[in-house]
Amino acid sequence: MLPALHAVQARTGWVSQGALNYISRRLTVPPAELWGVVTFYHLLSTTPRPPIVAHVCDDIACRLRGGEELCESLERLMGAPGAHGDNGRATSWMRSPCLGQCERAPAALLTVAGERPRTITLAPVENGVASIVDLLRDPPDTSDTRLGAHAPDDRRRLVSRSVPQVGQAGLRLLGRIGRVDPTSLEAYRASDGYRALARAVEIGPAAVIAEVVASKLLGRGGAAFPTGRKWDAVAKAEARPHYLVCNADESEPGTFKDRLLMEEDPFALVEGMTVAGYATGCERGYLYLRGEYPLAAERMAGAIAAARAAGLLGADVMGGGFTFDIEIRRGAGAYICGEETALFNSIEGKRGEPRNKPPFPVEVGLFGRPTVVNNVETLVNVPALLREGGAAYGGVGTEGSTGPKLFCVSGEVARPGLYEAPFGITLRQLLDLAGAAPVRAVLLGGAAGVFVGPADLDVPLTFEGTRAIGATLGSGVIMVFGESVDMLDIVRRIAEFFRDESCGQCVPCRVGTVRQEELLARLRARRPLGSDAEEMALLKDLGQVMRDASICGLGQTASSAVESAIFRLSIAGRRA
Amino acid sequence: MKPEPIWFRPPPPPSRPPAAPARPAAPPVEVSIDGQRATVPGGATILDACRARGVDVPTLCFLPTLTPVNVCRVCVVEVIGSRALVPACSRRVEPGMAIQTESERVRVSRRMVLELLASSVDLSTAPGLHDMMARYGARPERYGRPAAPAAAGERDRREPGHHEAPVGERAETVAQPVKIDNDLYMRDYSKCVLCYKCVEACGVDAQNTFAIAVAGRGFDARISTEADVPLPDSACVYCGNCIGVCPTGALMFKREHDMRAAGTWDESKQRTTDTICPYCGVGCTLSLHVQDNRIVKVTSPADVSITSGHLCIKGRFGFTFVEPPGKDSD
Repeated sequence: MLPALHAVQARTGWVSQGALNYISRRLTVPPAELWGVVTFYHLLSTTPRPPIVAHVCDDIACRLRGGEELCESLERLMGAPGAHGDNGRATSWMRSPCLGQCERAPAALLTVAGERPRTITLAPVENGVASIVDLLRDPPDTSDTRLGAHAPDDRRRLVSRSVPQVGQAGLRLLGRIGRVDPTSLEAYRASDGYRALARAVEIGPAAVIAEVVASKLLGRGGAAFPTGRKWDAVAKAEARPHYLVCNADESEPGTFKDRLLMEEDPFALVEGMTVAGYATGCERGYLYLRGEYPLAAERMAGAIAAARAAGLLGADVMGGGFTFDIEIRRGAGAYICGEETALFNSIEGKRGEPRNKPPFPVEVGLFGRPTVVNNVETLVNVPALLREGGAAYGGVGTEGSTGPKLFCVSGEVARPGLYEAPFGITLRQLLDLAGAAPVRAVLLGGAAGVFVGPADLDVPLTFEGTRAIGATLGSGVIMVFGESVDMLDIVRRIAEFFRDESCGQCVPCRVGTVRQEELLARLRARRPLGSDAEEMALLKDLGQVMRDASICGLGQTASSAVESAIFRLSIAGRRA
Repeated sequence: MKPEPIWFRPPPPPSRPPAAPARPAAPPVEVSIDGQRATVPGGATILDACRARGVDVPTLCFLPTLTPVNVCRVCVVEVIGSRALVPACSRRVEPGMAIQTESERVRVSRRMVLELLASSVDLSTAPGLHDMMARYGARPERYGRPAAPAAAGERDRREPGHHEAPVGERAETVAQPVKIDNDLYMRDYSKCVLCYKCVEACGVDAQNTFAIAVAGRGFDARISTEADVPLPDSACVYCGNCIGVCPTGALMFKREHDMRAAGTWDESKQRTTDTICPYCGVGCTLSLHVQDNRIVKVTSPADVSITSGHLCIKGRFGFTFVEPPGKDSD
């Protein structure tokens, strides 16, 4: 259903009632249910919108780099955000949650509807509001405004702004980035590509799972579940068919690792998914790709087509006697669809509401079948670990967190970007790499993560190390806040984010995120209801009910960053 | 030599429709509920187990006749070893589960869920919830005075991912004008706790009409027809099963709504008489709610196997023929 809605939105800039009626008849979906789905996603509009819309990020990473000022100038120039309807203008602008371009903030995303629909990323917005206005007037043809030139030197220079370690030896996950042409299967094969799949077919599915178990690989999406155990459970599940889902709906504010992997090394993900499908007995893999990532979608579609043409996807992959193919599903603007069961519902054409667990996806997942769900970074680890051998790979990092890890460093540092380091590097060492001035706070794990202060900089960046200080590694977000930041404004924006992104299904999260945002507005205006102590008690109560009684991880972590900022860093008492 | 053909006699036609084969019974499970050891049928939910032993677990979005959606989170209980609380209505018992139904964590969550609901929704026609709030000490007034209600249709036009920044001194609510677009029933979404029951009853759990669904996202999520069209333009067949399952009076007979508005609704003067619907051969049980010798509402008992509480438009609304002509125009 989402592909149909996307098609209408891309062609006309909004989804009309007539289009909905047509989709409803063709897909035999009740009109009311279709209405429920289309009103769930913020990249789909049910009211007329101009064909060209700029979505300007005002989320926390961009806020540190002038995103809010950008929005304010646009408002002066073009009127209130979201001004739509037939007001004679062919363009409009809106505020947007994190666009996943944090290393090159501030960012904007242009959606151009029409005969040749396209989505264009503008990051960084270098010349302020003028560059957005120029783009609105004359949108370019490419999905990425950086990619005017494709010469290898230019590529390396452009990519090295996002991946400062480009060209450095010994990188397991980022090794090809900036060096190997991401659009060429030959180039990928010439740089160790598809050696892992060849080895997998040689040793058989059970041995592949044994290697993954031996590597002690933990999921990199944020929950850190052992990948080998997940694969084993699905491989042994009796119900058929099995499905593989790659979660590429990276929407956690501050996270951009999966985007860069897909943009710059798409074949590695295709190979990782193929190995996973082979090991767990899946014939079909879905790549649920964030709707805001046009270049990643383009590169992944290209890589999948090239692999299919070369017999590396489809029937009888590599002559190994197994069938596997990948289908891309694009999200349409909903953070919650990164939650695995919400993602299933989204693929199935339902509202992206999380399901209650248990049953877990390994038993009852996509279309009610046993399903492996893995994050992009997790799957990109797989070819690397098969080439090196599981046990050797498990020797990298620490006892409890093995292998290399990607860190998304953004905010007030000299060299923001994606960094690869073995687990165990300390926060201070990583910040030195990125060039941080004295910091006031560091957000670990994104909006669903935890703020730590200058006293915590020696924490080893491992799952167990961050847990020991009551923090989390999450998806690898390291966002740095300097001394002059208005932290209450940052925390308020995080609360706003959760209020916008809650699916609305369960009471603690639906109403709790509203009350949390209201409370922070009061704190910021220094107008508490009752006493400050009562407000703090209220904040704790809200945090507890959301953490304890929400259905999914969104609600359970919606107060995490807020509470850590207020209670750990005492930002409410110390105003900027 | 040709093999002898094998002839067989087909079994005699069954004299009654064949029953489904008996489902293999799951072995009973040992659990502990509030410290008491209990043997519970395998496959039962925690709620089944508790209620069978007389342990009271409050519920809001649960009804035995509907598939549990576990969205209200009133029924959460603590399972030792589980990171978060679990919904009793849908979580099935597992061997060795240690369940706490009234621990401090459980009480805090229930109190907060009730506070959050009462501070955002008009619960004036949901008497059961008031008892629950008293039991858990909910204080919805600590979120500030309620904000001004939304204009008609305003909440239905809200876009996902965008909202006006709150001032913070007033608590946002779902308050909005009542929707009256037909003569049979009205929808007052100021009273909606979004328990999903009406959507389930309209869908596969009872009516299979699919006239309504949840639309929007987050706090702006709401029950809606397609594009918020009035009920007469929607797929609604006026079975009224959504009214039958609504726990808060957000969906109400037009007659009850008018009487409440006129101040003449008085439940103490009402008697309920069970009878059989005269319209067709199914024989649904009707409960006629009568006040001052006038039928004011029709329901059906949920525990009657014929209806499970559900009726059709005729049984639910087709009762005015028993009234003297000209007395009431509805």
